[in-house]
Amino acid sequence: MALFGQTFITGILIGGIYAVIAVGMTLIMGVMKIINLAHGALMMVGMYVCLALFRSLGWHPYMGMIPAMIILLGIGWLVQKYSIERVFGVETILPESQVLLTLALGLGITEVIRLIFTSDYQCTYTPFSAKCFYTAGMSISAPYLVGFILAMAFVAGLHIFLTRTDLGRSVVATAQDRDAATYMGVDAGRITNFTFALGTALAAAGGAMLLPIFYTYPDVWHPYLAKCFIITILGGMGSTVGALSGGLLLGVAETFGATYWSPGYRDVVGLIIFLLVLLLLPGGLKKVIGR
Amino acid sequence: MAEIKTMAKKSWFLPAILGIVFVAIPPFLGGYIQHLLILMMMWITMATAWNLLGGYCGQVSFGHTVFFGLGAYGGGLLLLHWGISPWWGMIAGPLLAAIIGIPIGLITFRLRGPYFALSMLALGETFRIVFTNWVSVLGGASGVVSSRTFGINKLPYYYIALTIAASSVYVVYRLMHSKYGYYFVSIREDQDAAEALGIPTTKYKMYALIPSAVFTGLAGAVWMNYIAYIDPEVVFSLTGISIMMILAVMVGGAGTLWGPILGGVIFVLLNEGIRATVGPISYLIFMVIACLLIMFLPDGIIGDWAKIKRVFRREKPVYVGGE
Amino acid sequence: MAYLDINHVVRKFGGLVAVDDITVGLEQGEIFGLIGPNGSGKTTLFNAINHYYPANSGEIIFKGIPITRKSTHEICRLGIGRTFQVVKPLRRMTVLENVMAGAFLRINDASKARDKALEVLDFCELMHRRDVPAKDLPIADKKRMEIARSLAGDPELILLDETAAGLNLVEIEAAMAIVKKIRDSGITCFVVEHVMKFIMGISDRMMCINFGREIARGTPREIASHPEVIKAYLGEEYAKGK
Repeated sequence: MALFGQTFITGILIGGIYAVIAVGMTLIMGVMKIINLAHGALMMVGMYVCLALFRSLGWHPYMGMIPAMIILLGIGWLVQKYSIERVFGVETILPESQVLLTLALGLGITEVIRLIFTSDYQCTYTPFSAKCFYTAGMSISAPYLVGFILAMAFVAGLHIFLTRTDLGRSVVATAQDRDAATYMGVDAGRITNFTFALGTALAAAGGAMLLPIFYTYPDVWHPYLAKCFIITILGGMGSTVGALSGGLLLGVAETFGATYWSPGYRDVVGLIIFLLVLLLLPGGLKKVIGR
Repeated sequence: MAEIKTMAKKSWFLPAILGIVFVAIPPFLGGYIQHLLILMMMWITMATAWNLLGGYCGQVSFGHTVFFGLGAYGGGLLLLHWGISPWWGMIAGPLLAAIIGIPIGLITFRLRGPYFALSMLALGETFRIVFTNWVSVLGGASGVVSSRTFGINKLPYYYIALTIAASSVYVVYRLMHSKYGYYFVSIREDQDAAEALGIPTTKYKMYALIPSAVFTGLAGAVWMNYIAYIDPEVVFSLTGISIMMILAVMVGGAGTLWGPILGGVIFVLLNEGIRATVGPISYLIFMVIACLLIMFLPDGIIGDWAKIKRVFRREKPVYVGGE
Repeated sequence: MAYLDINHVVRKFGGLVAVDDITVGLEQGEIFGLIGPNGSGKTTLFNAINHYYPANSGEIIFKGIPITRKSTHEICRLGIGRTFQVVKPLRRMTVLENVMAGAFLRINDASKARDKALEVLDFCELMHRRDVPAKDLPIADKKRMEIARSLAGDPELILLDETAAGLNLVEIEAAMAIVKKIRDSGITCFVVEHVMKFIMGISDRMMCINFGREIARGTPREIASHPEVIKAYLGEEYAKGK
């Protein structure tokens, strides 16, 4: 029974962190209507920025998160403006060349990191990393808990940003109807640049939350990219609440899969959910919840 | 001289010359070049196969490595469980690819565009994880080890690969000049319009998928026999196979017959050249090339030939009427 | 039983009822016109017949065969062709190839399909454009090509969705002539249109709908002077003859 509770809670905690990463992707997808396969790699870069700060300045990832976000804000903006935007809307014989570009970018960025940092698994181990809270026979890992709290802060902050500020509302408007937004005075091009940068920064934040829990290596992002998609599609594009619910759901499902089935197949659980969701839920959980 | 010029203009001339070159010359070449030629034939097959589904029919699959891996494991599993010679894999592999391809298609073809691409990507990764982890039935991460039937002699493998490559091109050629071809392109151009013209789109997407899976599987089966070892991380690789197949097609020109052929050749040469010169950063260079290709030459050498000519002659583009 | 029977068809999108219990029957060999203000549900009705957005309830019967639940391509095979409001050319194929794609419905051989396509192009007076890539055509030719593409499949009934939209006066006259030619060759035409000159000029019978419901039915002359029709288009004041 305690195992059940622990699995469930751990699932929620990690799911919250997944949600932060995924919400970045869902924003980008909502505004650009393209699938950004570089999202995972950019998250990984965020993790490595935190790692570098940890190694050189002794900054814990939770502190390194801020500079990581700023750096990724810049990188994301550059990537979008000078590469992805170039192929946006260009007609090619092969469909999906935009998606392919993001994938190539992601893989290329991974190689750059591999060159600088090698393929070794690296982590930011501190006494805090192993700390656990014990309650009702369950052990809850501290980095999971703190990561979750930070994640919720970000999600809440983002939600307020999107609904209460002008810039945020412009983003939502551009996602819902680009042309209509333009007619209303929104510079869709600049909003797109901004949203991509913002989404990337959020991914970096999520990565920073993951780093104390796990470790990092250049290819670490592969399963997380898949998770982002599952969550984006589960939650519906461009929806903060959807990303949150999708994230929590996925986190719980995965953790149960890892605990009761097999840890090696943890990511297969996600992939199976991914395929099921793609096939059965074109509108996402939002459609089911009815928001 | 004049006779040769008139001959050169006939449509069979280029294939005939190529045929002579590729059939008669290899026995006189060194082992390393023969190895490259085998790889070229394999990649021509894979590019042509992917192009049928992706370039002509417009269903862009990011997970074709599934069929390559199944093609390799067809023979591999026969060897692993029953000690049967992996040459039977030349039949079992593509057969397995086709049999598994059918339910894959039926499920994934309900999705359009990027969602189809992603679902194939997810499938590719799923197969990779399953084949790497399931030790009892599939051999797990250690793969399957076989032995080289012809020892160090590469020629037989070359001629087999050549035959497969030539057949794949021929099959695609015949398909594209028939009703199938028109229907494939109609589906690519506008699936809804195609339905309104009475085209059962799912059925015809399957008609594109099956040959695509079979030929990719054949390439996998040849690989299995040639390398005499299957590593599930290699044969089900997203980065090493799925993406590279797409790149090979893109560099040559998607949606053309010669594009994948050109692409396969260029890809192998590029691969060797990059690895020989820059070693550790070769994959990075590949990705940079891929990005540049997509940004500046998305229709490949053949598709963007007019653009290439313009750049070299420094001409300005001419805009035709219409949208 | 009519040639095409539409019985109490309803189509909703969430809370919006786009087609609200429409019943109408088409006779073989006629040109039947459907008009109505923007958003009245005309194209939605076509989409229901064609199974793009299938009807939520009601029945559609063609030549005695219920087609309400059949898939789009099956319906085409049964003899219903369709053109689209926003034209859908197969962009990178030439005009001839576009029409051949339609011809392959009844023909399997490529060269025979080509012959059929050339025949249809001749009928539609598009021969001079046959090797032009579809994306390079002006709008009137794109629409004409779409009609030709549909005709190549030998339909018995053709759904023409806003054929005259975006055409100038000369092109409208030409389009009217083509539609009449199609009807004279034995094909029933169900026409949705906004351009009054076009639809009044060719229809045998007409129907006007608004908010998904039928508001008038009759000959073109009857429709043109029907108070409900005038009210729907121009407002109450004009209907009362102010």
